[in-house]
Amino acid sequence: MKVTCPHMGHLHWMLDDLFGRLGVEYVKPPPTTTKTLTIGAKHSPEFACLPLKINIGNFIQGLDMGADTLIMAGGHGPCRFGYYGIVEERILRDLGYDFRFMMLEPFGDGKWAFYKTFETLSPGSLSLRKLWKILKVSFTKGRAFDQIHKRTLQVRAYEVNHGDTTRALREAEKMLTQAFTTEEIEEAGREALALIDNVEQDPERRVLKVGIVGEFFLLLEPFSNFGLEEALGHMGVYIERSVWVTDWIAPGRDNKIYGFHKDIVDGKAAPYLNHNVGGEGRETIGSIVLMAERKFDGIIQLLPFGCMPENIATSIIPKVQRDHDIPVLTLAFDEQTGRAGVITRVEAFLDLLSARRGLSLVGTNA
Amino acid sequence: MDIPAKTGYLGIDVGSVSTNLVILDEHANVLAAIYRRTQGQPIKAVQEGLRELTDLLADQEIEVRGVGATGSARHLTGIIVGADVVKNEITAHAVAASQVLPDVNTVLEIGGQDSKLIVLRDGIVTDFAMNSVCAAGTGSFLDHQSARLGIPIEDFGTYAVRSESPAHIAGRCSVFAESDMIHKQQVGIVVEDIIYGLCHALVRNYLNNLAKGKEIKSPVVFQGGVAANAGMKRAFEDALEIEVTVPVHHNVMGAIGSAILAMELELEPGETSFNSFDVSDLVYETSTFNCNGCSNTCEIVRIKVDGKTLARWGGRCGKWENEDSPGAGKKRLRAGGKTRIKASVR
Repeated sequence: MKVTCPHMGHLHWMLDDLFGRLGVEYVKPPPTTTKTLTIGAKHSPEFACLPLKINIGNFIQGLDMGADTLIMAGGHGPCRFGYYGIVEERILRDLGYDFRFMMLEPFGDGKWAFYKTFETLSPGSLSLRKLWKILKVSFTKGRAFDQIHKRTLQVRAYEVNHGDTTRALREAEKMLTQAFTTEEIEEAGREALALIDNVEQDPERRVLKVGIVGEFFLLLEPFSNFGLEEALGHMGVYIERSVWVTDWIAPGRDNKIYGFHKDIVDGKAAPYLNHNVGGEGRETIGSIVLMAERKFDGIIQLLPFGCMPENIATSIIPKVQRDHDIPVLTLAFDEQTGRAGVITRVEAFLDLLSARRGLSLVGTNA
Repeated sequence: MDIPAKTGYLGIDVGSVSTNLVILDEHANVLAAIYRRTQGQPIKAVQEGLRELTDLLADQEIEVRGVGATGSARHLTGIIVGADVVKNEITAHAVAASQVLPDVNTVLEIGGQDSKLIVLRDGIVTDFAMNSVCAAGTGSFLDHQSARLGIPIEDFGTYAVRSESPAHIAGRCSVFAESDMIHKQQVGIVVEDIIYGLCHALVRNYLNNLAKGKEIKSPVVFQGGVAANAGMKRAFEDALEIEVTVPVHHNVMGAIGSAILAMELELEPGETSFNSFDVSDLVYETSTFNCNGCSNTCEIVRIKVDGKTLARWGGRCGKWENEDSPGAGKKRLRAGGKTRIKASVR
């Protein structure tokens, strides 16, 4: 049995570890590129959102590499995402592929269903207890990856030599990949963070502090947003982001990486939006308020074109923006989006933020 | 008798449809302005624009103290002319508008491909919007319609203002607008009413899509190539119920803004990266290749002059930019020295 799964940011680091422990062969699709998207967009409904098109591309590339079992996350609620696994399976079958398809429903929907999926993957010796132990270690590793990526977004703004932070990150990732036991992972995690902190930095630099909020796939998958975070870092922008992969899949309501409990985020959103609209709609609003209170210079909201939950948030943002006096730039992406247009808007936005801070416009970005 | 050279600042805005160049004096007054078509050849447009500028200023001696580039071809332009500042067109337009009208609160800008709305308060940009998803292409669309109706684009506005009752044109998308316009013509509606109806549709589209959620406060400045169209100005005034000002140099505001940004650098004489007006005679070769450094396989653009690579860009990681052109646009063709437009009588 060869399992494949769509990419989402650095989720694959964790899957690598997890499937290794389960003794399942993992066919990691090639990193998402324009080619992936071209394949995906060709076989997807035009009005489906960008993540689905990229998923389809990943699946097809994985299948072409010999995968015979596909895993896709499920879910429920007002966002179309919960429905995507079903649509994707149908599209792929219509294309003539033969495979076993597994929907991994959220842990909270019942431990048993969750366990069954893994039991099928690794038949025989897998007890619920053993699965739980394995998941815990892999999850610890995933969290360590999130932590080093989070630190990278902050350090890059201050780096003295262009590219040092990215190089340190690659080293750190390698270091973490090799760690196996929980102790080793924790140890490697500390060393990896130190590696990034040791990048030569200019603490005197006046940097802009920008929060990135929006739909999880667009935030987590750098291909889908044209590597916006790295580009911003190189323009000297300190970044914090509201969504992280381990926060997203962790049971419970504690956002360890983002640092704020979901109830706090929801509470901040409540005056504007007091119920779940699916996806990260409510979290987007709550995070903007939180970041405004923490004196961020500005916020960038990312969403796939046509994303319902984020569009609801977008329509609420003007009021949040006025109440909290914080500029917000909304960027919508689909396969038609060009990088030049995105960069132009982002540059203009950074100019706006610089002007508000009384910094000279000449010299920023470009 | 030797008259001391005037200080000048050069601003260049190379967009998809038009290429504009201006020379400002040290008080930001326009000494010369060029508005021409890009015609899909930005390098040629810049070179010919520079040549036109030297002709316009042939009887004056001007020392260029700083150069700014903007527009969608700003990086390319920056490298060719040796710009001191390379800025996006949104900022450049905002800077120019607040220089022309210091208390401006709203800027409506409609060019060939892009439409923008810029909100300023106390001289600072507080919000902006640029058409996304659909490239509205208002300028290009009006161009196309004027050609189809056989009315010179310069006269389009005068037809519109003659209208007594604008026709209602479906304006969500230019494809729908065109077929609706044709339908209205076929049922016999006069061309003046159709043209003014079209202006209304475009303004409605702009306000409903771009300006949604933004506060449009007086004074309002309307700039960009489309601002030359008196029908569009009248349609904006009708819809907003606010007086709209069209600045004298409305079609070269991007260039003015980038020249002002260059001025704000306060460079000493001779400190500019400007490559002199001679660049209009050089032959530039551009080519592309795919980088195989990682799985992104980005398309990299390479620009050469005299067989020497001047710059490379286009990758996501900045690898090629860093290798040979630190601070793209700052590269000099030859070592500095004063660059002047010499009096050249031909």
